[in-house]
Amino acid sequence: MKIMVAVKRVIDYAVKIRVKADKSGVETQNVKMSMNPFCEIALEEALRIKEAGLASEVVAVTMGPKQSIDTLRTGLAMGADRGIHVEATGDLFPLAVAKLFKALVEIEKPGLIILGKQAIDNDCNQTGQMVAGLLGWPQGTFASKVVLDKEKQEVMVDREVDGGLETLCLNLPAVITTDLRLNQPRYATLPNIMKAKSKPVKKYTPEELNVATNSDLEVVEVTEPPKRKAGVLVSSVDELIDKLKNEAHVI
Amino acid sequence: MTTAMVEKYKAFYRLLNKTSRTLVDRRFRQQGQCARGGSAASGLDHRPDAVVEQRVSYLGCPKRGLWTSARASLPSFVDGGFARDYPMNRCRSFGSVAGEIQRSSKFATLNSDDVAHFKEILGERNVVQDERLEAANSDWMHKYVGSSRLLLLPKSTDEVSRILKYCNSRCLAVVPQGGNTGLVGGSVPVFDEVIINMALMKQVISFDKISGILVCEAGCILEDLISFLDNQGFVMPLDLGAKGSCQIGGNVATNAGGLRLIRYGSLHGNVLGLEVVLANGDVLDMLGTLRKDNTGYDLKHLFIGSEGSLGIITKVSILTPPKLSSVNIAFLACQDYLSCQKLLLEAKRSLGEILSAFEFMDSVAMDVVLNNLDGVRNPLAPTAHNFYVLIETTGTEESYDKEKLEKFLVGSMESGLISDGVLAQDINQASAFWRLREGVPESLQRAGAVYKYDLSLPVEKMYDLVVEMRARLGKQKVVTMIWFEMAILLYI
Repeated sequence: MKIMVAVKRVIDYAVKIRVKADKSGVETQNVKMSMNPFCEIALEEALRIKEAGLASEVVAVTMGPKQSIDTLRTGLAMGADRGIHVEATGDLFPLAVAKLFKALVEIEKPGLIILGKQAIDNDCNQTGQMVAGLLGWPQGTFASKVVLDKEKQEVMVDREVDGGLETLCLNLPAVITTDLRLNQPRYATLPNIMKAKSKPVKKYTPEELNVATNSDLEVVEVTEPPKRKAGVLVSSVDELIDKLKNEAHVI
Repeated sequence: MTTAMVEKYKAFYRLLNKTSRTLVDRRFRQQGQCARGGSAASGLDHRPDAVVEQRVSYLGCPKRGLWTSARASLPSFVDGGFARDYPMNRCRSFGSVAGEIQRSSKFATLNSDDVAHFKEILGERNVVQDERLEAANSDWMHKYVGSSRLLLLPKSTDEVSRILKYCNSRCLAVVPQGGNTGLVGGSVPVFDEVIINMALMKQVISFDKISGILVCEAGCILEDLISFLDNQGFVMPLDLGAKGSCQIGGNVATNAGGLRLIRYGSLHGNVLGLEVVLANGDVLDMLGTLRKDNTGYDLKHLFIGSEGSLGIITKVSILTPPKLSSVNIAFLACQDYLSCQKLLLEAKRSLGEILSAFEFMDSVAMDVVLNNLDGVRNPLAPTAHNFYVLIETTGTEESYDKEKLEKFLVGSMESGLISDGVLAQDINQASAFWRLREGVPESLQRAGAVYKYDLSLPVEKMYDLVVEMRARLGKQKVVTMIWFEMAILLYI
């Protein structure tokens, strides 16, 4: 069984982001980019399933500009067998990504797709669900535990939901999106980095896959949240009451 | 040989004796019982040591040192007989008199008038005699405890000057204190010295965005300065594990090296100026901000590394390098110490200008960290590795640097210098690697009592010391850390 894992190149989690002066987006020049943390977890899960002997191959997929290949190389260095790079300039919104995924699934025919629950740059939390919808496959999102049963061709997924933990049983092929507590991703070891150089990466473009990537959505403005105002020390209870009444309007 | 020549010769010999004897006397005098100690993570163990220079004359020894050079200047025919009979050999031996320090009676004892006077200078709040005094009396490792009865918190150079002038007039002993993060007991009083803590002098005075020259007060915490500079696109030229608490004044006073020494050099090169208050209250303004200044004697170098024995640093002017965006870290494993040394050489050669840190730990150090700190894991497979090396590169082009680092690592792996390694893929992984290295002092403290020594040895000989100590004390008890060929920290 083949597993397809989606990885995305985003601004590194630990970087302090700055909004561009023209408010059209976030500053990405000269900023450290790396793999989306949830995608790392997704890839780690796929690798563990493969190491348990339940899958034959792990294919890492990324979509984006030319530099996205770096993230793919990281994925290969972690242990993925092959890479697919859909080269697309311009913003890719989740629906476009999902449609591209559908096209790739028709070519590759994987038995399981694992994605991160959301990307830390747009926080959409939509791609996994849309992929499952377009393919008509069952989905287990926010997975905190994944147990595959090869003979029965099903997968048990523990989901982290607001009420607690929900366990679902999905028939394969299925789509899983990973949450934070699923696993701790491995480091890219040097022997694997060396091997990664010779692993094949296939390139596609949206035109080749017959997918239109134009979106109905348009980013109008990006602004920083208002800075938290400093607290004020009051000197007496009367002053406190006065401020609560007249400034904060809560009493 | 004529009598006159022999006489001349004997006179010369007496002169040589006289010069060496003076040297002996000078060094024998006990030093530094008052103003001592700055604070930083590295420093010398400066319990007063006596350096003894002995002249040992005996026949037949190979002639060296002063004698040889003196002989070289003598006319050759003198050499013949006389010289050979009176060879002089200079031996140096070091003794530590740590256990025998006595409180010197020439220092006065604190009385209530003094406290009142200080309250007048600093105000009630900044003259401390409550529980904060306890923390100030004890060092970070909880190994050395003083018995000071007064902690002062001056807010300006003027206040420091007035305090010191008063203490000088009363002959009250004083110890300057910064972040109190030093590991060798230099920042706490030995007896009942008055503690002058610089924590309230934490203003950044100016920052020149073009040249990167930062002028700040000595009590600024290193991490605060790093965050401030981060917003401006610059970085401090030094970085220590203790950066959350250590103060820049203390770093300068102890000439702290730190993790980036290999890239940015020592503080002697980066500090452009200092403002220091001397023991008698005089303020020495050497706060230049020029990159190059040859006017007069460069006195600031005396204060850098003086550990607070010559004066209290109140302001620092430091050159900060621009912040480079591409940082890569690799965590590697080596089989033996020789490979580590070769790896260092290879790193300097292959990585060249982008190398910014090279740290080394042995397996015992790694075990201590993994056992005593939470949330850390060994990045390499749990097979036994003898030595771990952390290499960091800082440059401007992400892909170029990564390629260079990968090429170096792959080459080292193929030639057998390293047995395994991982490359950090994002900032979180990089911080995890640094946590392993920076967490050693903390984890050692949790593991038990620690004796820490900062030693400088020739690189090839460094690890022999550890092997020797382990043979004497037992394997598990000796842990090491080496900072880029500068020093070996030996934890017992």
